[in-house]
Amino acid sequence: MSSSQPKIQIENLVKIYGKNPEHALKLFREGGNRDEILQATGNVLGVADVTLSIGEGELFVIMGLSGSGKSTLVRCLNRLIEPTSGHVYIDDEDVAKVDLKRLREVRRTKLSMVFQRFGLFPHKSVLENTEYGLKMRGIDPEERRQKALETLAIVGLHQWANYAPSALSGGMQQRVGLARALATDAPILLMDEAFSALDPLIRRGMQDELMRLQTELHRTIVFISHDIQEALKIGDRVAIMKDGYLVQVGTPEEIITNPVDDYIAAFTQDVNRAQVLKTGSIVRQTMPFILGQGSARAALQDMQTHDHRRMHVVDRQGQPVGVLMRKDLESAVDSGVEDVEAVMRRDFPTVEASTSLEEIFHLAQTGAPIAVVNRKGKFKGVVEQSDILASIGRLSRNEEADSAAPVDRIAV
Amino acid sequence: MDTAIPDFFNWLFLNQSTEIIPLGDWISTIVDWVVTNFRWFFQLVRVPISQALNGIEAFLQAVPPLVFLGALGLFAWQFASRGLAIFSVLAMIFVGLIGAWPETMTTLSLVITAVVLCALVGLPLGIAAARSDRVEASIRPVLDAMQTLPAFVYLVPVVMLFGTGKVPGVIVTFIFAVPPLIRLTNIGIRQVSEETIEAAQSFGSTPRQMLWEIQMPLAMPTILAGVNQSIMLALSMVVIASLIAVEGLGQMVNRGIGRLDVGLAAVGGLGIVIMAIVLDRLTQAIGKPPKDGLSWQDRGPVGAIRTTLGKRRRVPTATP
Ligand SMILES: Nc1ncnc2c1ncn2[C@@H]1O[C@H](COP(=O)(O)OP(=O)(O)OP(=O)(O)O)[C@@H](O)[C@H]1O
Ligand SMILES: [Mg+2]
Repeated sequence: MSSSQPKIQIENLVKIYGKNPEHALKLFREGGNRDEILQATGNVLGVADVTLSIGEGELFVIMGLSGSGKSTLVRCLNRLIEPTSGHVYIDDEDVAKVDLKRLREVRRTKLSMVFQRFGLFPHKSVLENTEYGLKMRGIDPEERRQKALETLAIVGLHQWANYAPSALSGGMQQRVGLARALATDAPILLMDEAFSALDPLIRRGMQDELMRLQTELHRTIVFISHDIQEALKIGDRVAIMKDGYLVQVGTPEEIITNPVDDYIAAFTQDVNRAQVLKTGSIVRQTMPFILGQGSARAALQDMQTHDHRRMHVVDRQGQPVGVLMRKDLESAVDSGVEDVEAVMRRDFPTVEASTSLEEIFHLAQTGAPIAVVNRKGKFKGVVEQSDILASIGRLSRNEEADSAAPVDRIAV
Repeated sequence: MDTAIPDFFNWLFLNQSTEIIPLGDWISTIVDWVVTNFRWFFQLVRVPISQALNGIEAFLQAVPPLVFLGALGLFAWQFASRGLAIFSVLAMIFVGLIGAWPETMTTLSLVITAVVLCALVGLPLGIAAARSDRVEASIRPVLDAMQTLPAFVYLVPVVMLFGTGKVPGVIVTFIFAVPPLIRLTNIGIRQVSEETIEAAQSFGSTPRQMLWEIQMPLAMPTILAGVNQSIMLALSMVVIASLIAVEGLGQMVNRGIGRLDVGLAAVGGLGIVIMAIVLDRLTQAIGKPPKDGLSWQDRGPVGAIRTTLGKRRRVPTATP
């Protein structure tokens, strides 16, 4: 989902709260940790030398316990909080250094934000809230009204346009918050614990909705969360913070299969691995039989040499079209049938590599081999029931984590 | 030896024929100096105030009482409630029946002028105080002094600068009535929640857009409470203002006391009380958001007309 093009580049970002940050910054540079700085200067280290790059179109989650500096970090991106030192490049422009006028321009066109307690304007209607960003940009009333109504329709609230936000439930209010942020067409969406104030059920709905919207809108989203389940569910990549420091950055699978320290291992302990692990990570790469490139006899020989019980068949585009069972093939060859298409079975399950193990569990229970395809539908390999059980079972025992393939720990 | 220090203070405080710090003399000198050199300035300030005041008073005196009552009733119905409209009209009829109508109109014009002046000066100062901690800190002691200094103390210098009559009456009323408006404007703006401010900032609002789109509308109930306080304080200055020849209800009280005419004083006093109650209820009701959630067009007389014309929107019933 993410492309390699970086949209946001954070370099050596430091935020120190307090009266005399220069002195505290010096202490920090000399290697002082958070407690030492607090003791010596009374200043609080909010964000400690964070370097991070977020790709265009990526849904990037920043995770951490309360007080770990998540809100501070995300507010440094649009400078609701002034960084003490460091750079924030957005499209190669250092936002940490631009003047106020340019900063407002950046806020109007490039970044929009969704807040934990919604931050709606209580004296404005849902529609007026939604069009606020466009109003700040000086868009004329008719046009911005139109745009706001369209955006409200996207989040399913157009019938509520003329109501006060207080007439809406929490979940609906946050949809307004989301619509307000989407309406400006800013390519970057900052969401500070946007769903934390919502009931679990509503919250799950909003997560699904955000993921659905993201497949259509392809914004670059920086999503703050203190909930590991949420982070692993929605994030393309997840960064974990502790005491202002960045501890680990990686895909959800990397985080749970290869936690860099006990802190992160403890975090991920209770996670339902089947929900996080993707089918693609356990796929067995097998050679399929390509349609039109040989007879049934050739296919049988192929299976016999590799001692396979079955083999998938793909068309010339590489899309799986059938599966050959060795038994079927043997009797077909015995009775002189040469056409592979006449022998292969067409009812077999196919899943995308990005599907979670939990979702394919029920397919595996039928015992049929599952064909795994990439997003374009091309055959990648097969997954069997035993693979799924093995990976879930193995990974829920932590000692196995160390022997897993090494992963780039702090991706920069 | 051990009585030396007490003796020194006894000598210092009690046995002096003149003060060590002659503060009183200094202030007299300063006021005299300001009066001789800057009287022209204060006379110039008189002009717009006196024109506004005279205009308002002439208008209120010229309006037939029935028209005034009708307008008051409709206004109260529209912006408050039908109950308050009836109450206000009955109260003002009572004022007319006890023979205090013209004086009430005079006092009302003075109060309106003073409160408008309060708003013109107080709102910008309140906004400035909300935006800067330093401005707030430097304004605060001045406001404290304005509210606690007995009015009689500044009555004399004000008369020296402005002469007697309505304009200095407006000025002393202003001095006494403006502090709560400044304070409450400041508080109202500062009370707007951090997240709301952050949200507005995150969309690139300029400070001016922030003020007019977010802070002022959200501070408005508090500011209107300040206006209400100003009106109440202005009314409480009416009797004192009458000491410098300001006409109106205060003068009735003043004259009543002078002639030991309890009846006259009571009529004037009652007039002030009734005005205070009516103005208080009205301004409070305007400051409160309506409970029924209807927009102003669907309420009061306008709503009634629209209903009869069949234009009224249905009452929203659906709740999520
Ligand atoms: N205005 C401030 N002045 C001083 N310290 C602050 C200020 N804001 C935050 N901090 C401190 O900075 C640290 C990081 O705070 P931050 O709000 O970024 O954490 P967070 O990860 O968002 O936590 P939460 O999950 O509670 O929102 C905390 O220790 C906090 O006490
Ligand atoms: Mg936070």
